Amino acid sequence: MLVYYFSLAMISLKRNRVITALMILAIGLGIGASMTMATVLHVMSGDPLPGRSGYLYVPVIDASPVRESQPKRATPDDDLTWPDALNLLHAARAEKQAAMSGGRLPIRPDNPSQKPFFEHGHYVTADFFPMFGTPFLAGRGWTREDDESHARVVVLNASLNRKLFGDAPGIGRTVRLKNIDFRVIGVLDDWQPQPTFYASVNERSFGQTDQLFLPLQTAMELNFDMQGRLWCWGSSGDTRTSDHCTWLQFWVQLSNPASVLGYRDFLANYWREQQAHGRFTRPVNVHLYGLMDWLAYQHVIPDDLRLQLWLALGFLGVCMINIVGLLLAKFLRRSGELSVRRALGARRRDLFLQLGMEAAVIGMAGGMLGLGLAELGLWSVRQRPDGYAHLAQMDISMLAGTLLLAVLSSVLAGLLPAWRACNIPPALQLKTQ
Amino acid sequence: MSSLPPILASLKRHKLPALLLMLQVSLTCAIVCNVAFMITHSITQLHQVSGVAEDELVMIDSSDLDDNAQPLVRHTTDLAALRAIPGVKSAAAIDALPFNRNDWTNGIALSPDAPARASATAFNGTPRELETLGLHLVEGRDFLPDEYIPVGSAHDWAGIDHVAVTIITRALAEKLFPGQDPLGKAIYPGDKPVRIVGVVDHLARPHAHEGGDDEYATLFPLLPDMNDVTYVLRTSAGERDHILQRASDVLNRLDDNRILQDTQTFSQLRSDYFHRNRTMISLLIAAALGLFSVTAIGIAGLANFWVQQRRRSIGIRRALGATHSDILHYFQGENLLIVGAGVVLGSLLAYTLNIVLMEYYEQARLPPNYLMIGALSLWLLGQLAVLGPALRAAAVPPVMAIRSA
Repeated sequence: MLVYYFSLAMISLKRNRVITALMILAIGLGIGASMTMATVLHVMSGDPLPGRSGYLYVPVIDASPVRESQPKRATPDDDLTWPDALNLLHAARAEKQAAMSGGRLPIRPDNPSQKPFFEHGHYVTADFFPMFGTPFLAGRGWTREDDESHARVVVLNASLNRKLFGDAPGIGRTVRLKNIDFRVIGVLDDWQPQPTFYASVNERSFGQTDQLFLPLQTAMELNFDMQGRLWCWGSSGDTRTSDHCTWLQFWVQLSNPASVLGYRDFLANYWREQQAHGRFTRPVNVHLYGLMDWLAYQHVIPDDLRLQLWLALGFLGVCMINIVGLLLAKFLRRSGELSVRRALGARRRDLFLQLGMEAAVIGMAGGMLGLGLAELGLWSVRQRPDGYAHLAQMDISMLAGTLLLAVLSSVLAGLLPAWRACNIPPALQLKTQ
Repeated sequence: MSSLPPILASLKRHKLPALLLMLQVSLTCAIVCNVAFMITHSITQLHQVSGVAEDELVMIDSSDLDDNAQPLVRHTTDLAALRAIPGVKSAAAIDALPFNRNDWTNGIALSPDAPARASATAFNGTPRELETLGLHLVEGRDFLPDEYIPVGSAHDWAGIDHVAVTIITRALAEKLFPGQDPLGKAIYPGDKPVRIVGVVDHLARPHAHEGGDDEYATLFPLLPDMNDVTYVLRTSAGERDHILQRASDVLNRLDDNRILQDTQTFSQLRSDYFHRNRTMISLLIAAALGLFSVTAIGIAGLANFWVQQRRRSIGIRRALGATHSDILHYFQGENLLIVGAGVVLGSLLAYTLNIVLMEYYEQARLPPNYLMIGALSLWLLGQLAVLGPALRAAAVPPVMAIRSA
C-alpha cells in the first residue's frame, strides 16, 4: 500500500514541479544551514579528555582586592599567583596537582642549515603527565624532584620530535631552547586535546597545540617568556613571582565526591589563612570547576557561533512554516479528488497516510539536499582560518541527525495539512463541484 | 478599498493558510530586523578607525636570539639600516600596534592613591614613532629627544615609574578631563605623575575593548629594550611588498641570529584581525536574503494555489463586469492585508527577540527605523511575489464562469 501511496505522491508532486522544487529547496536550505552550525558546535563541545575529564578540577581562589572601579572583565580571569600556586602544589592535598603556564620559545636546531624557529609550549609541573594521561611514544615525564632541582629536561610532542630528529624518538638528545640545552626525556604521541583545555581559554583554544613541555620552575629560573594573561593590581614591580599578579593555571585530580568536598574545605581554610596574613581581602568564596563546567564557564565556544546556530534554527523554522502553508494549500485544493476517494470508501487513515507520504517524500528530498548543503557549509567552514575550522567534519551521529531532522520536520509540517485535508466530508464536495 | 469586504470574506474561508503566511511574515520580519541591526553594528566595527596611516605601513617582528645582546644598540643599528632603504619615508621600533593583540594596559589614576579612572593601553617606541605611524597630533607637541628613557623590561617595565611625559588620545583626554584642557595635567599610570604634553585624535588599541574604550591609549617616550620588537616602516602604498622583502634581507644581513616573523602590511594585519567580523557579516547577509527568498516563495506559492482554486469564481466576477485591474488589485490587496498583519505581529516579535539578544549577547536596543525599513521591504517583497499569480488571475477569461473547474 505504501508503495502505491509513494507513486501517488510522485504523481501529485510532478503536477506542480516549480512549487515542489521550491519546497524541497526551502527545506534543504534550512536543514543545511542548521546542520552546518549544529555540527560545528557539536565538534567543539566534545570532551577533550574522555574518561578522565570527570576527575579533573580547576580551583579558583580570587586573590585580587575589592575595588569598585575595577574594569569589567571581558572573560573571567581566574588564574593564580606564583606564591598561591606553589602553596597549593606543596600542600599536595589532591591526588595529583599541577601548575602551568603557556610559553613560546625559540628553538635552535643542531643542523646549521635549519633556521631557528619559534614553537608554542607549556611550562608545567611533574604531575601534568600522569594527571592528564598524556600518551608517551617513548620515555617519560619528569619527577617532583626534577621540579625542585630545576632540571633542564624537556618532553617533546611528536611533530616537533620529527622536525628535529626524524622518525626515531630523540630521547637523550639535546634541544637548544633560547640559548640553553635541554635533555629530551620523553616524546608524546601527537597529544593534542581539543580544545587545549589546560591552557587559559582564548581565541586560540582550538587547533594550535603545544609542541614542548618543560619544568615550570626551570622556566622561571631562566626567566623564559610566558605567554597569556598577566594581571596585576597595586603597584611595585617584581611581577611574575609577586603575590599581586595572576598568570598561572592550576589543575587537580579528585576521583570521588568526598575528596572534592575535602579539597573545597582545604581551599576555604587556605583562603582564611591568607586573610590572617592580610591577603585575600574578598569574603571567602572558593570555586572548584569540573573540566567540562570550566570550559562552559570560560566560554570556550565563542558566543557568535551559538548565535549563528540560533539564526540557522530560526531560518529552518520559517522554512517549516512555509512548507506547512504550501502543503495545506496544495492538499486543500485537492478537496475534490480526496472527497471522491472518501466517497469510494477510503478511510480517513488511508488519506492521512497518503498525504503523509507526500510530505515525507518532500522531506526526504529536502533532507538529502540539506545533507549536501551541510557538507558544502562544513567545507567552507574548514576554509576559515579559525583554529576550530579543521574539526568541522560530519560524523555518523550528525549525519543521522540531519536526515532525522529533515524527515521529522517535514512530516510534522505535513501533519497539520494532512489532518485538515482528510477531514473533508465525502459527499458534500461532490455536490458543490 | 471597495474590495476589502470580499477579501475579508475570502480570507475567512482560508483562515489557516492565511494565518500561516502571516506567521511566516512576522517571524521573517522579527529576525531580519535584528539581523540588519547586527550587520550595521558589525560593519561599524569593521571600519573602526585605527588612527595610523594604514595604506603606507609595513612591519616586521624581530626576535634577537642572543641573550647578551644590547637591544637598544641593536635597534638603533637596525633602524639606521632600514631608513637607508630607498622608498622608506620613516621607521621606528615599537612594542604595540592597533589590532596586533599585544596589549599592555594600565589603570590610569588622577592622584597617587586614587582608584583608576580608566584603563588605557601603553604604546612605547623610539623617536619618530608619531611620524612613522602617521598619528595626528591635534594639541601640544611630540616628545623631545632628551625625554626618551628605556622601558626597563628587565625590571618589570620599571620605566613607567620614571617617564615624565605622555601623549594621550582625545578619547582618553575626554574621559579623564571632560571639558578641560588636558595639556600640562598629570596622570598616574604607575606610581609617579606623568605630564600630558600632547593629544592625538585617534589611536585604536591592540585589542577590541567595549564601546568607548576602544581608543583609550597613552604614548610614552619609552624605548623598547626587549629582544623582541616590531619594526614599522612607512612607505608609499605601491611599494609595500617590495620594501618588506628588502627590509627582511637587510635585517638578516645585519644579524642572522634572529627570527623574523609576521612580516606583513598593516592592511593584512587589519584584515586578519577582523576576519571573524567579515565571516559574521556574510553569514548574516546570507541569512537575511535566505529568509526573504523563502518568504517570497511562500507568498508566491500560496497565491498561485489560490488563483488556481478560484479560477471559476474569478471568471464569474469577470463575467459580471470586473476589469483586469479589479482582479489584480484584489490579489494585491489581499497580500497587503496579510503582510500588514504579519508586520504588526513581527514588530512585537522583533522587540521580544531584541530583548533576548540584549540579555545574552549584549546587543543594543533596536532603533525603530530598522522596523520601518523591515516592514516596507516585506510589503514590497509581498507585492512583487504576488504580482505573477495576480497577473495570471487577471488574465482569466470571463468564459471560465461557464466551464467546470
